[in-house]
Amino acid sequence: MIWSLDFVLLVLSVVCAVAAVQVRDLLASVVLLAAFSLFMCLLWTEMGAVDVAFTEAAVGAGVTTVFFVITVFKTDRVSRD
Amino acid sequence: MTLPPEQPPDVIIKVVCRSLVPFIQLFGLYVVMHGHSSPGGGFQGGVILAASFVLLVLAEDRATLRHHIPPAALNASTSAGVLLFAGLGVVCLALGANYLDYGPLPFAEPRSIGMLVIEIGVGITVMAAMLSIFRDLLEF
Repeated sequence: MIWSLDFVLLVLSVVCAVAAVQVRDLLASVVLLAAFSLFMCLLWTEMGAVDVAFTEAAVGAGVTTVFFVITVFKTDRVSRD
Repeated sequence: MTLPPEQPPDVIIKVVCRSLVPFIQLFGLYVVMHGHSSPGGGFQGGVILAASFVLLVLAEDRATLRHHIPPAALNASTSAGVLLFAGLGVVCLALGANYLDYGPLPFAEPRSIGMLVIEIGVGITVMAAMLSIFRDLLEF
């Protein structure tokens, strides 16, 4: 476990999470959520939870992104709240 | 905002994705098979197998999924995986042990084989359920 690498990954994932909530364009939000998943996956790998990281990479960054993109295309692209 | 109109898929994207799909599926099967001894397992392997079909549909047109896996087969395999999981537990019950206690199964290494059957059941169900969600989202 490398302390500085953990810190960089944690800061990057927090930045991605806050940006995904704040951004108005929902397609950009979905891409930021995929990036958040990628950083969480790296963080979990680095902390030794390989099984959780595997699930995060397959489900969080892979399949849910496709589902969200389809949903955005089927509904509305701009957040109104 | 609606889905963009269906365009004829680009030949480069089509060829690259089509040639990538078998390797993704092989990796998914590897993950399912080695789930009891290394990271991975039925859930992750099932998601990888589903992702290979999602890639195929994204590279080609929306009729591809229906062409490769008919909807009835998708629904049937969602249930078949659960049946495999629960059925093995009932077999263990019938052999005189507790539910999902693999001890008395008639194999050389009953616990490894029992776990493998469970992982395969989970993998089939997860793959079919993911593809069902994907199909329903596309055709909504």
